Amino acid sequence: MIEPWLAVLSGLFFSAGIYLLLAPHLLRALIGFALFGNAVNLLLFLSGRVTRDAPPIIGEAETALKAGAANPLPQALILTAIVISFSFFAFLLVLAWRAFRDLGAEEVDGLDRAEPRDRPAPPGGY
Amino acid sequence: MTSGATEATFAALVLPFLGAVVAPVLAGRFGARAAWGLAVLPALSFLHFCSLVPEIAGGAPVTGGYAWVPSYNLSFSWYLDGLSLTFALLVTGIGALIVLYAGGYLKGHVLQGRFLAFLFLFMGAMLGLVVSDSFLMLFIFWEMTSITSFLLIGFDHERRAARRAALQALVITGGGGLFLLAGLLLLWNVTDVTHMSLALPYGEALKASPYYLAVLLLVLMAAFTKSAQFPFHAWLPNAMEAPTPVSAYLHSATMVKAGIYLLMRLYPALGGTAAWEIILPVFGGLTLIVGAVMAVGESDLKRMLAYTTLASLGLLVLLLGAGGDDAVEAAVLYLMAHALFKGAFFMLAGILDHETGSRDITALGGLVSAMPLTFAITLAAALSMGGLPPFFGFLAKEEIYAALAGGNLRAILLTATVVLGNALMFAAAFVIALKPFLGARKPTPRAPHEAPILLWLAPAVLALAGLVAALLSPRFHALFSTPMASAVRAAPAPVEIGPMPHFGLPLLLSVVTILVGIGVWLLADRLRPAVALLVATLSPGPDAAFDEFIAGLLALARRVTRLTQPGRLHIYMTVMFATLAAALFVTPALYGEWPAWPRFAPLLPSEAMIFAVAVIGLGAVITARQRLTAIVALGIQGFAVAVIFVFYSAPDLAFTQFMVETLSVVILTLVMMRLRLSVVDRRAPRRRLVDGALALGGGFGLVLLTLKTLETPFDPALSLFFGQWSRVIAHGRNVVNVIIVDFRGTDTLGEIAVVTAAGLAVLALLRRRSTRRGKA
Repeated sequence: MIEPWLAVLSGLFFSAGIYLLLAPHLLRALIGFALFGNAVNLLLFLSGRVTRDAPPIIGEAETALKAGAANPLPQALILTAIVISFSFFAFLLVLAWRAFRDLGAEEVDGLDRAEPRDRPAPPGGY
Repeated sequence: MTSGATEATFAALVLPFLGAVVAPVLAGRFGARAAWGLAVLPALSFLHFCSLVPEIAGGAPVTGGYAWVPSYNLSFSWYLDGLSLTFALLVTGIGALIVLYAGGYLKGHVLQGRFLAFLFLFMGAMLGLVVSDSFLMLFIFWEMTSITSFLLIGFDHERRAARRAALQALVITGGGGLFLLAGLLLLWNVTDVTHMSLALPYGEALKASPYYLAVLLLVLMAAFTKSAQFPFHAWLPNAMEAPTPVSAYLHSATMVKAGIYLLMRLYPALGGTAAWEIILPVFGGLTLIVGAVMAVGESDLKRMLAYTTLASLGLLVLLLGAGGDDAVEAAVLYLMAHALFKGAFFMLAGILDHETGSRDITALGGLVSAMPLTFAITLAAALSMGGLPPFFGFLAKEEIYAALAGGNLRAILLTATVVLGNALMFAAAFVIALKPFLGARKPTPRAPHEAPILLWLAPAVLALAGLVAALLSPRFHALFSTPMASAVRAAPAPVEIGPMPHFGLPLLLSVVTILVGIGVWLLADRLRPAVALLVATLSPGPDAAFDEFIAGLLALARRVTRLTQPGRLHIYMTVMFATLAAALFVTPALYGEWPAWPRFAPLLPSEAMIFAVAVIGLGAVITARQRLTAIVALGIQGFAVAVIFVFYSAPDLAFTQFMVETLSVVILTLVMMRLRLSVVDRRAPRRRLVDGALALGGGFGLVLLTLKTLETPFDPALSLFFGQWSRVIAHGRNVVNVIIVDFRGTDTLGEIAVVTAAGLAVLALLRRRSTRRGKA
């Protein structure tokens, strides 16, 4: 079985992604996000079981997919996932650029305008 | 009961809510005169319930209702026996009078319509509460009375004291409602029925159940909070911040009696046990004494009355817990007497306040010449409250002493408590009835004059009712007292006491009460500061405790918020991934479901190489110290994944991945060229260790999960479906493409929308002008 190898690889992707997402640097966190996306795609891919050299394409003369061809369903799902995570990554990148320009923060802890550290408590009386 | 009568009863229950709808309109149009018209609504309800009296007095409860969710046994259904009917009559009858009184009291007030609407809402809720058969309906109406009482107490919401009093009442009585819900659910669980009428016969089984004590305590919490028993009483005197019609209606005649109603309603099911007969007299007695003493110590008319109401509620609880038919009959009589004289009393206090501008007992005097009618009505109410013949209060007091007096220690203790409480209440009644009217005339903020009819009519009717009920007592008992007492006992309990004094122990105790009362009355001015001193010595009491409770609650909320929302991304992320890792390891550890060691098939050299490239790419990304290295390394791992897709028969994925990775690298480079963002990891070694452990834990946990998933047999049904039909019905040979554009076309449309939205957002962010302030 090849899947266990892929499982270990996706695990490594997850580890790297998590490690970078935990970093205080904006840019490292963003790269971590991209790795995380690849990790999830690999996980989806191997869960549908993998096959060597048999793309899910129906031959000219056939009406249905041959037995033994690769599983088309996870591929369709991952295709969607790749595109979505890419557009999200692009958006986050530009957002980070914007945050740096406007707030001068290159670490996530500097991005606290929405939740300022010293914000006063809400009124508590009657 | 005929079907027409069901609809009539339903209409009688709904009429107050109709009043809530029309009151603002009518009050806006006709001002105070609208009260005459609006009072017709509760009066109609009152008449309907009157028409049921003969049937119910004959011993036949009136039931009816509509199914709501039959599958869960939920219904809107009522059960009218002697107990419910008397309460319904009090709610609607006094309700009609209160509407008139409120019309006069708030004459010219801008928000009179709103006030009347709240009052009607409360009336509807209270009426629903006392006739409810279904548990759910009882609970809903119970909480509705709490909420409407909040609105009414806080009516004058621009004053802080009113806001505090409203919140306090809501927290205490609404909180008690939650105990009621729990109690009713438990009751449902034990008896397996959801209706009062069905649950009551389960009394013996319930008392033997191991859950009996829990049900009892939950119900008592609800009743004690609602009926302001010590130590949950603080909200009632504070509720005097409400306009006087509210105090007269909610805080003497109706709402505070909801707890008493609940105890009476459940008496057959829960009453008469050792726990019942210990807890009730203790709390009732305490409340009686505390209330009566505080009443003597007050100088504010309304607060005095509020404390005597506390005392009366305590007395009722004590009587219900005393045991025996006589005590129940005494409670029934006293409840009716109290509703009449206390409702009247509050309205009279309101008249004094309204017509003189002051309700301080020490600032009023000699008003008899200016307000003779008010004086006469007040005197009538005081005679009933003091328990003097021939008023109804006298009957109640005779019955109380007849029920309690006995030779054993418990009887002596209870009797002594009640005699003391009654004497103090007697004194308070006559302090209020005589001090403002007799003696030297004192200057008041407003020149005193007689109240208009809208104001004096309601208390006059109530005071007169107290007299008539006593004079016609045999008839009154047959129609009201006996059916009510019988309903509480769930057995015939004829009430026979009359207004003529008979020599005996009860009369002797009455004489003692009156003598002590007169003594206290004479000393009232000297006792007042003494009680105030006593209270100051014993403080802080439950009222201050409430402030502490609220402050503590807010502090706790702030601490929890600071803990769960520190505003630092790193903490959120750490918690998230730590939870992920914990979930992935704890679950298999608990259930012993670790995956078996998997069979690693040998890899082809090309595969092994690309796996190695991917891992090297990852390592390079993590350790990169320069921006260019980071970008290149990111590209490497991405392309490695694309090649993996190629190897394992996913050409479409590979194409997309190549394209996306290329674009990502390009965009990343563009952004990096504009920014001098550092990629050097400046985490402290300790934090790196923690983050690294979390990362490895999460990654390894996911590997374990995946391996476990791989152990289960694969179900290819869905994949086979697509393989089989792609060409036949969608005319495409590339199955992946067919799935995307055909079988899951709508999903792809959504995906396109997301990409478009992201693109637009990027554009917006790029074009928006910088708002940067401070350092460059």
